Amino acid sequence: MMKIEKIVQLLDAHILCGHHRASDTISHAFSSDLMSDVLTLDAENILLITGLANVQIIRTAEVADIHYLVIVRNKKVSEDIIAIATELNMVLIESPYSMFKASGILYTHGLIPLY
Amino acid sequence: MKMIDLKFLIKGGDFDKVGTASSETKKVLKQLNIDPKVVKRTVVALYEAEVNIAAHAYGGEVRVTVSDHQIVALLKDEGPGIADIDRAMLEGFSTASPKVREMGFGAGMGLTNMKKNADELQVESTPGAGTTVKMIFDF
Repeated sequence: MMKIEKIVQLLDAHILCGHHRASDTISHAFSSDLMSDVLTLDAENILLITGLANVQIIRTAEVADIHYLVIVRNKKVSEDIIAIATELNMVLIESPYSMFKASGILYTHGLIPLY
Repeated sequence: MKMIDLKFLIKGGDFDKVGTASSETKKVLKQLNIDPKVVKRTVVALYEAEVNIAAHAYGGEVRVTVSDHQIVALLKDEGPGIADIDRAMLEGFSTASPKVREMGFGAGMGLTNMKKNADELQVESTPGAGTTVKMIFDF
């Protein structure tokens, strides 16, 4: 299990919304830019690591019951998207690292891959 | 349970609004205390169907009715239709534009995922006119 605040620290990241959930813990993660793949997952309460920063990542996370998202490579998330994520009580995290680096760091620190 | 009837409109190409029907439906289903697993199956399939309308059609209408033990989603669009439904149902087959793919869709997984999540899926299409999708979810 890993706390969200630990993820933020490991990825040199910052939280865009959902600060009040920084001490939540998660065990599993999935990295993808393919929302169609995310929509086939049979798991909830995971961390999604993605390089996309559009509104579809929020809608996809909403229907897939995913509350924690890391947006990698400094992709800028618009205020509109942050507002929707805030309303849905999600935690959005922005990291400068690549998807490969972010996934690798979290993996070596014990986050479990879904597959 | 009182029957609930929801109606939404989807504009072709309007990717900012796509997912609204699924989002609103999710709120209603949660309020009705329907099993979260059923809620997830329903909204995932509905979202895939919404994305299909926004990606391929000129516009469409979504109706969701909830009765005692069943959720029925009916999506009717006006658009180019599907020439070969059996082929469209194959995983990996896609006619999506590069723009749709950039948004994380168009991998030819939508219809397959709708079939997986719904208890019943019916797709009817008239090329040059449009497509109607009916999904039933039992609970």
